[in-house]
Amino acid sequence: MRVALFVSCVNDALYPRTGRAVVRLLERLGHEVVFEPEQTCCGQTHWTTGYHREAEGLAVRFAELFSRYETVVTPSASCAATVRTVHPRLTGGAPPPVHELTEFLVDVLGVTDVGACFPHRVAYHPTCHSLRVSRLGDRPLRLLRAVRGLELADLPEAEECCGFGGAFALKNADTSVAMAADKVRHVRGTGADVVCAVDDSCLAHIGGMLSRLRSGVRAVHLAQILAATGAEGEER
Amino acid sequence: MTPFTRPVKFAEAAGEALAGPRRDPRPAAERQRRRAEAVAELPGWEDLRRAGEELKDRALLDLGTLLERLEDAVVRAGGKVHWARDAAEAARVVTRLVQAGGREEVVELASAVTREIGLAGALAAAGITVRGAELSPRERLLSVETVVSGAHFLVAETGTVVALEPEEDGRMCLVLPETLITVAGIEQVVPRLRDLEVLLQLLARSSGERMSPHTAMWAGTTAGDGPREFHLVLLDNGRTAVLKDEVGRAALRCIGCSACLDVCPVYGRVGARPYGDLPGPIGAILTPQLRGIEPAYEASLPFASTLCGACADVCPVRIDIPGVLVHLRAKVVESRRRRPVPTPELALMRAAAWTMSDRRRYERALARLNRWGGLLARGGGVRGLSGLSGLSILSGRWTDARDLPVLPRRTFRDWWRSRR
Repeated sequence: MRVALFVSCVNDALYPRTGRAVVRLLERLGHEVVFEPEQTCCGQTHWTTGYHREAEGLAVRFAELFSRYETVVTPSASCAATVRTVHPRLTGGAPPPVHELTEFLVDVLGVTDVGACFPHRVAYHPTCHSLRVSRLGDRPLRLLRAVRGLELADLPEAEECCGFGGAFALKNADTSVAMAADKVRHVRGTGADVVCAVDDSCLAHIGGMLSRLRSGVRAVHLAQILAATGAEGEER
Repeated sequence: MTPFTRPVKFAEAAGEALAGPRRDPRPAAERQRRRAEAVAELPGWEDLRRAGEELKDRALLDLGTLLERLEDAVVRAGGKVHWARDAAEAARVVTRLVQAGGREEVVELASAVTREIGLAGALAAAGITVRGAELSPRERLLSVETVVSGAHFLVAETGTVVALEPEEDGRMCLVLPETLITVAGIEQVVPRLRDLEVLLQLLARSSGERMSPHTAMWAGTTAGDGPREFHLVLLDNGRTAVLKDEVGRAALRCIGCSACLDVCPVYGRVGARPYGDLPGPIGAILTPQLRGIEPAYEASLPFASTLCGACADVCPVRIDIPGVLVHLRAKVVESRRRRPVPTPELALMRAAAWTMSDRRRYERALARLNRWGGLLARGGGVRGLSGLSGLSILSGRWTDARDLPVLPRRTFRDWWRSRR
C-alpha cells in the first residue's frame, strides 16, 4: 500500500526519530511510504489556543496538500483528531483520509503483531486525545502485547491527563507541573524503564520531568517500540 | 457587585492553592467510582443522556414561552413570581421579601444560584442573621420562619419546584417555614412534569446514587400544609446573553450534578477557589459567559483546562465542555485582536501561522532551530536555554520543572532527503 506520512511539525523539528520509526515500520511491513514535502502543521495549537483564523488557513492548506492521497498516516493522535474533528468545521469539506498510526495498523492493515522486539518493561500512557477524541481504545495495548520481549507494566490512574495541554503547560505551569508530577510518580512506581504514548508533545512534558528528576526512565513514542527489532535496540 | 474578591488570573490563584496543603483525592475518586457503578448498572445510559440533552436544548430554545407558562402556573398555585435582571436585583428582592415579613433571621439552603447572587452577604448587610440548615439543631428548625432555597428544576406546566437536598434537615426546611423563597436561574425551567423522569435519573446516577435521597417537589402553597407564602425569584444575570451564543449556550443545559468536578484533574488539584463563584469545568465555561470575557480574570478561565475531555465524557446532558472552552478562547483572542497594540502572544501566533503556511519559510525556521541545537549542544545542553534572553520568558515557565527536549541534529525532512 502507498502511504503518505504526515509526520507533524513537532516530530519534524523535535522528534525526527519518531518519523524515522514510522517509515522503518511501514516499509518493513511491505508498504511504500511517501512524504509530501510541502507539509507543515495541521493548526492544532492555533485552534486550541483560540487563534481560529490562523487555524483555518492551515487547515485549508492541509486539505489541499493531503486530499490527493488515498491514505495518510500520522504518529500523532492529537493531530489526527484535529484533522478529523476540527478541519471539517474550518474548511467546510470532508477531511483528508488521515489515520493515527495504531488505527492504521490495527484497522486498515489488520495487524497487531508487527514483528517488533523490545526487551524492556514498558508503561503505556493513553493520551487524552487518543483516548477521548480519537477513541483508540485498546489498539495501542494490543500492538504492545504482541511485541517480543516487552513486559507491559500496569500504569495506575493511566487515563488521567498528564497535564500538558498545549498552551496550558505554559499558561498554567504550576498546575501542569503538579499533574506531571503525579503522572511521573505513577510511571516510576511501575518499575518500567520506558514510558510510551502516541503523541510526542505529551511525551515531551512527561519525559521533560523524568529527565529533570534523573529518573532513568525514558519517554519513547510507541512507533519507536514497534519499529525496534531487538538486537540493535531502538534508534535513539 | 459581588463580595468575592477575584484573583488577577486563574493561574495565580491556582498557584496559591497548589502551594498549600495537598487536597485529598480520595473522596472525589470514591464519588467517581460510585458514579461509574450507578451508570453502568442502568441499561441505555447513553440514550438517557441524549434524551436529557435534547430536552434541555428544546427548553432553552423555547425559554420565553416556558417562563410565561411557569409564572402563570406558580400564580395559579398561590405563589408569587419575581423577575431579577442581575445578581444585585435578585439579592434586593429577597432582602425586601424577608424584611416585609418583619423577620430578622433566615435559613439559607445554599445553592449555586444563592452563591451566584451573593445572598448571604446581602442579607447580612441588611442586618438579617443567616443560618445554614446543617447548623441548626432540630428544635430551631421547627421554629424557623423564613427559608431561602435554590432549586434544581422548575416545571412550566404545573409551577412545580424541584429541590434535591442531600440532608434530611434541608428537606425539612422546605416544608416547615411560614415563608419560602426560592431563587432559580431562568434556564432551570423544563416544560412538563414527565420530563423529570429523564432528568432526575440523570442527576441521581451522575451523583453516584440510584435515587436522590431527599427530593422535594412543591407548587405554590397549600392551605393548612407547608409554607403560607411562596416566592419564586427568577434570575437572568447574563443568561439571556448566553442564549444568543449557539455554541456557548450548551453550558445552560447544566443540571448541577458536579460530576465534571470530580473527574477534572485541574479542579482536583487546585480546588474551588481559583474558579470564583462556580467551580470546576462548568464554572470555567459559564462564569466567563455570564460575566463577559473582557476582564483578565474571566478571560483566563477558558484557558484553565488541558482539554483532556474527562468532563465531557461524564456530563449527563452531554455538554461538550472542551468544545465550549475552545470557543470561548477564540472569543478572548478575538477581543484581543481589537486592541490597538497586539499582545505578544498574538504576534507570536500570527508569526507561527505565517511561517507554517509556506514551505520555504517553514524550512528556514527549522534550519534556525537546528543551528540552535548545535549551539546548545556545545554550550552545555538544554538548561542553558533559560539563559537565552529572548526565549526565557516562555521557556522559563517550562524549564522550572521540566527539561526541554534535546534538539536533534537534523530534522525529519532532512533525513528523508538524505535517504533518496
